[in-house]
Amino acid sequence: MRVLLFGIAKDLAGAPAITITDVANVAALKEWLYVQYPGLRELRSLMIAVNKVYADDEQTLSPGDEIAVIPPVSGG
Amino acid sequence: MKNVSMNCLVKIAADINVQDALDFVASPDCGGVVLFVGNVRNETKGKKVLKLFFECYEPMAIAEMEKIAAHTITNLGIKRIAILHITGEKFPGETVVVIAAAAPHRAVAFEACEYAIDTLKQTVPIWKKEFFEDGAIWVAAHP
Repeated sequence: MRVLLFGIAKDLAGAPAITITDVANVAALKEWLYVQYPGLRELRSLMIAVNKVYADDEQTLSPGDEIAVIPPVSGG
Repeated sequence: MKNVSMNCLVKIAADINVQDALDFVASPDCGGVVLFVGNVRNETKGKKVLKLFFECYEPMAIAEMEKIAAHTITNLGIKRIAILHITGEKFPGETVVVIAAAAPHRAVAFEACEYAIDTLKQTVPIWKKEFFEDGAIWVAAHP
């Protein structure tokens, strides 16, 4: 599945989007991201959005979902 | 919900304009309009800021801004509201966010305008990179 990255998460991954397989839910995705990009552990927070809505750790992921990594926001 | 969408203007663009927000919220039944304008500050903790760069997850940012607008109308008593945010590069003094909230009386408009900017800063997926003379950082990324 395709995962979009923004802000400092994009910089840490070195790409605006990545493709990953075999993650069942949000918690598993975060764990995969932390292993792959340890710098993400240093952030103040890390949220995942599924289909443009903030998702909790238990939410399951499907191949057709639009998944995004949301580091601490700082608009305004 | 139709009543809500007709009465809110939510926009992300390279340039935004205070007058657009004021024109949108103007309504004969609203005696109070509160306007918040956020501009690029020229320093952070004593360090000179050269420019800011804003990145947006635009479709989700629009959805979150619409939620904020809807809450002010449905729960806070706002009649009309505009929430505008820029994307891209801005220099000190330039405007990056505009919120105008209109209500029959001022107290509701003040409360809703403050709620809107505070919530925008907490929930809307927009990221700000600050450029200094000696480097750049993503604002608030680290504890």
